[in-house]
Amino acid sequence: MAERAFHVARLPGFATTAIIVFVALYLPIFTLVAYSFNASTSLAVWGGFSLDWYAKAWDNQQVKDATIRSLIIASFAAAISTTVATMAALGTTRRRAFKGQTLIYVAINQPLMVPEIVTAVALMIVFGLIKVWLTSIGMGGLTTGLGYLILAHSAFCIPFAYLPIRARLEGMDLTLETAAADLYASPWQTFRRVTLPLLAPGMIAGAMLAFVISLDDVVITEFVKSGGQDTLPTYMLGQMRRQLTPEINAVSTMLLGLTVVLLTAFFLLTRKKT
Amino acid sequence: MTEAVTIEARNAVKAFGQGDHAVRALDDVSIQIRKGEFFTLLGPSGCGKTTLLRLIAGFEMPTSGAILLDGADITELPPNKRPVNTVFQSYALFPHLSVAENVGFGLTMQGRPKAEVDRRVAEMLALVKLETMAGRKTSQLSGGQQQRVALARALAPQPKVLLLDEPLSALDLKLRKEMQVELKRLQTETGITFIFVTHDQEEALTMSDRIGVMSAGKLQQVGSPKDIYTRPVNRFVASFIGETNFMNATVVPGGVKLGTGDVIEVPTTRPGAVTVTVRPEQVRLVAAGEAGAIAASVKFLVYFGTDTHCHLELADGTEVVARLQSPANGEAGIESGQSVGLRFAPGAAQVLED
Repeated sequence: MAERAFHVARLPGFATTAIIVFVALYLPIFTLVAYSFNASTSLAVWGGFSLDWYAKAWDNQQVKDATIRSLIIASFAAAISTTVATMAALGTTRRRAFKGQTLIYVAINQPLMVPEIVTAVALMIVFGLIKVWLTSIGMGGLTTGLGYLILAHSAFCIPFAYLPIRARLEGMDLTLETAAADLYASPWQTFRRVTLPLLAPGMIAGAMLAFVISLDDVVITEFVKSGGQDTLPTYMLGQMRRQLTPEINAVSTMLLGLTVVLLTAFFLLTRKKT
Repeated sequence: MTEAVTIEARNAVKAFGQGDHAVRALDDVSIQIRKGEFFTLLGPSGCGKTTLLRLIAGFEMPTSGAILLDGADITELPPNKRPVNTVFQSYALFPHLSVAENVGFGLTMQGRPKAEVDRRVAEMLALVKLETMAGRKTSQLSGGQQQRVALARALAPQPKVLLLDEPLSALDLKLRKEMQVELKRLQTETGITFIFVTHDQEEALTMSDRIGVMSAGKLQQVGSPKDIYTRPVNRFVASFIGETNFMNATVVPGGVKLGTGDVIEVPTTRPGAVTVTVRPEQVRLVAAGEAGAIAASVKFLVYFGTDTHCHLELADGTEVVARLQSPANGEAGIESGQSVGLRFAPGAAQVLED
C-alpha cells in the first residue's frame, strides 16, 4: 500500500482537541438558547420551561425601538456599502496590475485591520466637529438623526461587502462583456444585461454579510449614537448595568436566529453551482 | 464571386507596451477581403492574426493605420456600432441566459421588435439544428452544441462580416471535421463574408477561398490555397504550410545550380545565392546514375500507411525527403544505404524570395 500523506486528523489527540473546541464554541450558545426558556428571573438558576421572556421582550417598547433602529441602519448600511464595494471591486479588478494596487486593497480593507475602538473614537471626534460646525451655521437640526450611524456602519461594512464581490468578479470571464459589445450592446447595456446579472450572487452575498456585521456592531455604535439612539446590541449592553433577566437571552436568541437565517442564505448563494 | 471589397486594413499597426519595450503585434499590414469569401488568417500563435481580427471587430484600436468596411473608415467605431460579429474561441456564451436568449441577444440589443427576434432565433436554431434546445441553459450543452449556439448568435443579426477566432480548437478531431463542413455550409448558405483565424494549415487549405499567411506581425502571402501551397513566396510560408525540402543554390544561366553541381531548370529573376524548395510528393526516385538525375543515398524510410517517406542525402550533405505512394504490399522496394537518383516533377521546384 502506498504511504499515506500527512493528515492532521491522524495525529494523536485530534478527536479530543476537536471536541474541546466545539464545546467551547457551541456550549455557550446552547446555554444561552436553553436559558431563554427559563421561567426563573435568574440567569443562572433553572426555574422550569417558559416562553414568558419572549413575550416580555416582544412587548418591551425599548427592545422594539432598538430592533427597528438596528434593522433600518443595517439595511441602509448594507445597500450603501454594497454599492460602494461593487464600484471598488469593478475598479480594482478590471485592469492590469497598477502601481499602488496593494495600497488600494489595504485602504479598502482598512476597517478589518484598524482596531475598531480607534475608528469609533475617531468617528466620534469627527462627527462632533461636524455637529459643532452645523450648529454654528444655524443647521443644528441636522446634528441628530440616524444619518451618522448609517454613515459609520456603511464605512466599516465596505470590506465585508467587497470581498465576495471581488471574488465573484475575478472568476468572471471578461470575454462575455466583449461578446456583448460585439453583439451591439452599449457599455451601459453590457453592464446591465451581462455584468450585473453575473455579479448579482456576489452582491447579494456581500450585502447580507454587511447586514449581519452592521446588526452586530457595538463599539462604533456606542461611540457615535446620540441619546435615545440605542440599537439592539447597545440596548443589551445597557441592560448589563441593571438586573439582568433571561429576557436578554430571549432577545439574543432571536438575533441569533435572524443571523443564522441570513448566513445560511449567504452560503447557499455563494456555493459554487455545478 | 464578386470582387467587391468588404473589409480592408490599410497599413494597420498595433504596438503593445511603450518606448523601447513596445512590441509590434501587427506591423504595417494591408489586406483586402472580398465580399462573400471565406478568408483564412493562418499563422503560428503570436503571429498577429488574432490582433488583426480584434482590430476588425473593434475590440482594439490600431496604433496607426485604418480599418475600412465597404469603403468607409470604421477605425474609430466601437464594436457595438460595427455590423461585424465574432465567434469566440471560448464561445463566450452568456451563462445566465437560455440558448434562445443567447441567439437573440444581438437582435434585442439592436432594438428589433420581439416578434422579429423570435422568428429570427427560430430560423437560426434551425440553421444550426438546435431547435429542440431553445429553452436550455448553455451549460447543459456539449462542446459541439455550444459551438453551434455561438455561431447562431453571431449570425443572427446578419452581420456583413463574421469573424471566427480559432473556433474549432476546443473540439476533438472528429467533431472538428464535422464543424469544418458545417462552417463551409453556413458560409455558402448565408453568403456572409467569413474571416477565419487558425493555426491549423490543413483546416486553412480545406476550407478557404483565400488564405493570408502571417508571421511576426506581418502578412507573408495572400492567395488561394493552391497558390499558397504550390507557389510559396518565402521560406516561412513554404515550411508552415505542408512539408517541404530546402536546398541552397546559386543562380546560373537557365536555372539554378545546387551544391552538388547539378543544374535545375527553374525560372528566376534573382541573382546570386537562393533557396530552392520542392514538395516531398514532387520528388521522384529513379535508378542511380540515370542521365540528368541527382545522385542521392537513402538514409531511412518512414511508413505512413498511404505514403512512405524516404529520407535521402545528396552528395553535398543536403537532406531531401521524397514522399512515395505506398505499394499494395506496403514494401517501398528500396532500402537504407541504397544509392538512387532523384528528379523533381516538372515545374515543382520553386525559388524562394528569401
